[in-house]
Amino acid sequence: MIEAVGLTKRYGKTLAVDNLSFTVPTGRVTGFLGPNGAGKSTTMRMILGLDAPTGGSALIDGKHYRDLHQPLRTVGALLDAKWVHPNRSARAHLQWMAKSNKINPKRVDEVLDIVGLTSVANKRAGGFSLGMSQRLGIAAALLGDPQVLLFDEPVNGLDPEGILWIRKFMHRLAEEGRTVFVSSHLLSEMALTAQELVVIGRGKLISQTSTEDFVAQATENTVRVRSPHLSALRTALGRTGVSLRDEGDSLVVTGMDCAEIGELAASTGAVLHELSPQRGSLEEAFMQLTGDSVEYHAGLAETIDLVAAGK
Amino acid sequence: MTLLAVERIKLFTTRSPWWCTLIALGVTVGFAALMAGTAEADVPMTVSASQFGYGFGLVVVMVMAALAVTTEYRFSTIRATFQAIPNRSAALLAKTVVVALLAGVIGLLAAFGSWGVATMMTPDVDLAINTAFEWRAVAGVGLVYAIAAVVAVAVGILVRHSAGAISLLLIYTNLVENLVTLIPTVGPKIHQWLPFNLAHHFLTGNPDPTGRPDQFGPGLSDATVGPWPAVAIFAGFGLLMLLISLVVANRRDA
Amino acid sequence: MTLLAVERIKLFTTRSPWWCLLTALTVTVGLAALITATAEADFPLTVEVTQFGRMFGLMVVMVMAALAITTEYRFSTIRSTFQAIPNRTAALLAKTLVVALLAMVIGELAAFGSFGIATLIQPEANLAISSAADWRLVAGTGLVYGLSAVLAVAVGVLLRQSAGAISVLMIWPLLVETLVPVIPRVGDDIAKWLPFTAVDQFLAGPTGNPPLSPWGSLAYFAGVCVVLLAAALVTANKRDA
Repeated sequence: MIEAVGLTKRYGKTLAVDNLSFTVPTGRVTGFLGPNGAGKSTTMRMILGLDAPTGGSALIDGKHYRDLHQPLRTVGALLDAKWVHPNRSARAHLQWMAKSNKINPKRVDEVLDIVGLTSVANKRAGGFSLGMSQRLGIAAALLGDPQVLLFDEPVNGLDPEGILWIRKFMHRLAEEGRTVFVSSHLLSEMALTAQELVVIGRGKLISQTSTEDFVAQATENTVRVRSPHLSALRTALGRTGVSLRDEGDSLVVTGMDCAEIGELAASTGAVLHELSPQRGSLEEAFMQLTGDSVEYHAGLAETIDLVAAGK
Repeated sequence: MTLLAVERIKLFTTRSPWWCTLIALGVTVGFAALMAGTAEADVPMTVSASQFGYGFGLVVVMVMAALAVTTEYRFSTIRATFQAIPNRSAALLAKTVVVALLAGVIGLLAAFGSWGVATMMTPDVDLAINTAFEWRAVAGVGLVYAIAAVVAVAVGILVRHSAGAISLLLIYTNLVENLVTLIPTVGPKIHQWLPFNLAHHFLTGNPDPTGRPDQFGPGLSDATVGPWPAVAIFAGFGLLMLLISLVVANRRDA
Repeated sequence: MTLLAVERIKLFTTRSPWWCLLTALTVTVGLAALITATAEADFPLTVEVTQFGRMFGLMVVMVMAALAITTEYRFSTIRSTFQAIPNRTAALLAKTLVVALLAMVIGELAAFGSFGIATLIQPEANLAISSAADWRLVAGTGLVYGLSAVLAVAVGVLLRQSAGAISVLMIWPLLVETLVPVIPRVGDDIAKWLPFTAVDQFLAGPTGNPPLSPWGSLAYFAGVCVVLLAAALVTANKRDA
């Protein structure tokens, strides 16, 4: 379990992480979601004891990272796939890491095999493609067979096959009872990968919930109705107090599900051509939630308002 | 011991230490060969003359030692290191020890290699290493290289950039210390306590009267302490720099 | 002219030239101030004494010049450069010229700054740049810095790595050229023809029995720089960027 309590990091005047508290449970894949620049990487570096928090603390199973004995056996992490000496071979990179935590050298070949790098193990890491570097980073994270795993944007630069592989892989790690904490700025990716979500924006916690709840809560659930008797239906629906939106030959209803609308239509004798539940796009929902806190798009909301108002 | 093994793996799985070893040996032994090949009756070959090129190896070793840590910062492998070994002092000390040991070995190889090549090329000159001075002049090179490597690692940790660390080290050792002597009145007084001058004094000070005349070689050091106190101060300087760099590395974000 | 403007923008939009400029000036002028303040009767102040930090400034300028090109290789911006300007010779010449001009300006500022501060601190020493030798010593610093920058850029293009280029550029003048005269018999004859020894003959010479006049020495040094630059340009054109 990872626990952040009041975690804060200040760089000069910029507050990169602002009083952030969350927990990452065991046996689940927890997504760490936020737009670029929200403070995800800084938080992960503080969890690993690389950066000192200005305030608060991050604990792994109740301990600071620095107090862990042979930390690679407890926590594996892939923060940046490029943290490898370009002239060192993949195997040598893993060898020194294994040695540092007294991990059996045989484990090096095991993890190389798991990530499918056995054939290029003796090649210099500087010549690796981004996907290969990413796999090497994952191999390094797995080296100590740790219970806690951290991945920072692991699917960046991967092809669809690689993305699918990582997704399944993280599910398997969680099923084995490990704690998996994975960051991303892509909600669509997280919706498929993570069961739990920690969402941040501008260094602040926006929400911590299950992915299902987050999606349900974030996306507006609406029903689209098409009917040749649209005006009669509109009157009937209007009496119930639900909110309606006209879209040409159809109505978009918020606050009533398909069954209720179907019964109402039958009782008013209206013929239905379409009755379909609509889900708002995840990206829209994400934008909606983090919109105010997107560091580099400040003012976007105002711009949209101005455009909408025809100014 | 584990940490030393880690740093050994890290050092020898990149190319730069191999290159530096080769270059350091090549230039020092090569220079000794050049000296021996051109020696003549009125400029005789001596044990200390075979070591005149030690300065070449010294700068190469310092560059290697600085790069051993600055490349970790450049490629961010320092983060992977601190992730694997959160005790930063232990991790950096292990690196310092490994680099210093390698530097010491290079120094011994360079010094005895230089002496060996001089012995082979001028067989009619007695180059046996007998006196305490001669032992210091040859075997002492290993000690000086090792301490210089500690200084270079410390500067590397503090500066973190290869270009900056190397410039600082080379300009300081080869220029600043010499320029200090030119400052009127106080210059020479300061100069005799400067670390690399003391190292030079350790290697060349208290010369054997039977050796090569002073004028045929690099100038002797103006340090007034004995050779062993001189190297002790040099070592103290190295440790002080290392201590400062460790404190800084522990306080700084990786 | 466009290429020069391009390289000027590239140079001044990173921090290292500013740092180098500041360091070079502070150190040379600072050393001049230090030495003037401590000078006394048995160590009279001369124009030459005010310039004693010139080697330090020279090193800093060469580091700056080498970094101007090696950082392009390090961050692969050299590829963007050659993509924008496929004529590599022209692109690199423009860079060399801009860096050399900056180096020259630094040299003049450092030399006249050092001289200026010395006259301020010790007005009674009656320092004056009067003879041709004095002018060469002070104003010549700019020429030497400019040419050295060309040499440093050439070494940078050839080696492409900051660490390697800086090591070579420091070790050569500071160590190799001072150790060569130690070699019996041939040492002095070789030393006469070493490029930075020629620089000394131009600025502070003629001392000893130099093979060339001061201006001849400078021309010789310039020749070495140009040959290296030509070698660098040929290499850069043949090599994959």
